[in-house]
Amino acid sequence: MKRWNNTALLQVAPLGAVFLLFFIVPLVLTLIVSFWDYTEYAIIPDFTFRNYQEIFEGCVTRLPDLCMTFKTYWSTFKFSFMVWLLTLVIGFTVSYFLRFHVRTMTMQVVLFLLCTIPFWTSNVIRMIAWIPLLGRNGLVNQGLLEVGLVDQGLDWLLYSEFSVILAFVHLYTLFMIVPIFNSMLRIDESVLEAAYDAGASGWQTLVNVVIPLCRPGIAIGSIFVITIIMGDFITIGIMGGQQIASIGKVIHVEMQYLQFPAAAANAVILLAAVLMIIYGLTRVVDIRKEL
Amino acid sequence: MERLGHCRLTNLSKVYGDAVALKQVDLEIPAGQYCCLVGPSGCGKTSTLRMIAGHEQISEGEIHIDGECMNKLEPSDRPTAMMFQDYALFPHLSCLDNVAFSLRMQGRAKVARHARARELLSLVHMDAYEKRLPSQLSGGQRQRVALARALVTNPSVLLLDEPLSALDPFLRVRMRDELRRLQLELGMTFVHVTHSQEEAMALADMVVVMNEGEIEQIDTPQDVYNRPASQFVARFIGGHNVFNATVTESSETGTRLNGSQGAAYMAPVADLSPGTAVSFSVRSDKIALSRSGDTPMTNSVTSDVGLVEYQGAWVKLGLKAADVEELTVMVTEDVFNQMPVQMGDQVVVSWVQSDIHFLIGKKMLSVDDQWGGDR
Repeated sequence: MKRWNNTALLQVAPLGAVFLLFFIVPLVLTLIVSFWDYTEYAIIPDFTFRNYQEIFEGCVTRLPDLCMTFKTYWSTFKFSFMVWLLTLVIGFTVSYFLRFHVRTMTMQVVLFLLCTIPFWTSNVIRMIAWIPLLGRNGLVNQGLLEVGLVDQGLDWLLYSEFSVILAFVHLYTLFMIVPIFNSMLRIDESVLEAAYDAGASGWQTLVNVVIPLCRPGIAIGSIFVITIIMGDFITIGIMGGQQIASIGKVIHVEMQYLQFPAAAANAVILLAAVLMIIYGLTRVVDIRKEL
Repeated sequence: MERLGHCRLTNLSKVYGDAVALKQVDLEIPAGQYCCLVGPSGCGKTSTLRMIAGHEQISEGEIHIDGECMNKLEPSDRPTAMMFQDYALFPHLSCLDNVAFSLRMQGRAKVARHARARELLSLVHMDAYEKRLPSQLSGGQRQRVALARALVTNPSVLLLDEPLSALDPFLRVRMRDELRRLQLELGMTFVHVTHSQEEAMALADMVVVMNEGEIEQIDTPQDVYNRPASQFVARFIGGHNVFNATVTESSETGTRLNGSQGAAYMAPVADLSPGTAVSFSVRSDKIALSRSGDTPMTNSVTSDVGLVEYQGAWVKLGLKAADVEELTVMVTEDVFNQMPVQMGDQVVVSWVQSDIHFLIGKKMLSVDDQWGGDR
């Protein structure tokens, strides 16, 4: 083992302090509060498993019917999975195009910046921008009516699972593009030629060379997207018309009713779930290779 | 069995936008030859190689291998395999899987393809490293794996794009021997692109010297060195001094030439009429050195020593003289010790008539002249 030297310690101290103050301390506090008791008007320091018990009340006995918590998790997992899949496919395709079809560096930079344009405004505005488009009397419906494709405005366009997924994909595909593009930049083009020379078809090259070499980028992008969506409550709230449940939403509501211990317990469980997903991903892919 | 790997390039051109990389090149490489394409960067040698491999579109002309036209074939359908300059190994695959890659693409069973890959790895003495990833190998080892990967499909023509340029000088010489050994052992055609004339001389059966998209000379290494076809070849191959002079008299005993400052040269017989401006070369190790004041004669030049460089067995002298851009004389260490000269000394250099070689122009040996029996 290398001994710590003082200069190195000093150099990491500022970042360490920031992490400690704004990450470790709040996390520990959340963990502590999750074991506290509460009433309608007070939070009582204690050590009780009541919050956790309430969250999973009847969850095991009622199986195979899903309890509220399991239903919410199921719905959140479902969104995460679908958005993950869509952002992955779109993100990979866009990165592939940028890396291997756009020849000049300048054009790559220009197109890449184009991808970031949505990020010039806040994500609430980007979400709200969908409403006049997808609403019952929105542009899409009007267009469909005019063309005569539908007799009546489609009502699943907005405030539905569809609109939630659409908004998520719109908001977070870039988080897939960036790490995957970065992985692809490291692929030497002569490696693709070598695959071609060895008789691999385009598809075989993609599956056997490009995708394996993009795995770290895919893993990092997946972590970004999954962690964001698992904890989201704003997008699901706005685009779901406040009708669709999510873990984030549950925590948010409990906070509004000042049930901090219950919210904290939910947050701890969510954290555990997300950490498990990330752990699973890192078992499949060695992310450190990318760093 | 007839040997495979006979390549014929006819009228081959390559144009990138406005830039012409290759101008209507004709080249015939007999089967089983070690052919080196050599020239400075941008001379079109790599484009030629990549067109043979099928990684570059042919702008004009045709490529035939063993009589079959390659123009429309995919790289994988050609009897060629390419070894890339930076080896282009798959970073995520072990040595064994790298070598077995093309067999896997063909859908061969794991046991069979691994057996074949191990065979190739042992051919290049890399069998002990089959589980390693490319990043865990040294440059020389990577090169061996790349070689094994290229050979695994048993190609008739192996194309090597500057295979030794990424290695340190010591390894380069060792791998050079190894390439030559492999080529003799396997008997296939090797087409090797390099910018090092030394490498080309050491390896090749036939050297193709290229410049600005054209072939300057196709010859054996010995003939390229002893009888360079053009000024470019003489300068590129090194070890030559290129003189410019005018023919004054052409007779049965030789050709008399005049230099610009009254120097007279006597060259071998050539079909040149008086008044023609010509250039000729003299190998720098064929030039003798003597003290100034000795009897002047033809084929001698008085000049000042500008540089003395000790190189071990040889001492290199840089001289200033008329009719030649820079006059380099290589003398053996013994000769130098008998007559040590210093910078600023005035010396007389001379050479014999038969060591003058006219640089007339391009020389394209046809296959039948030189390698006719080998086909």
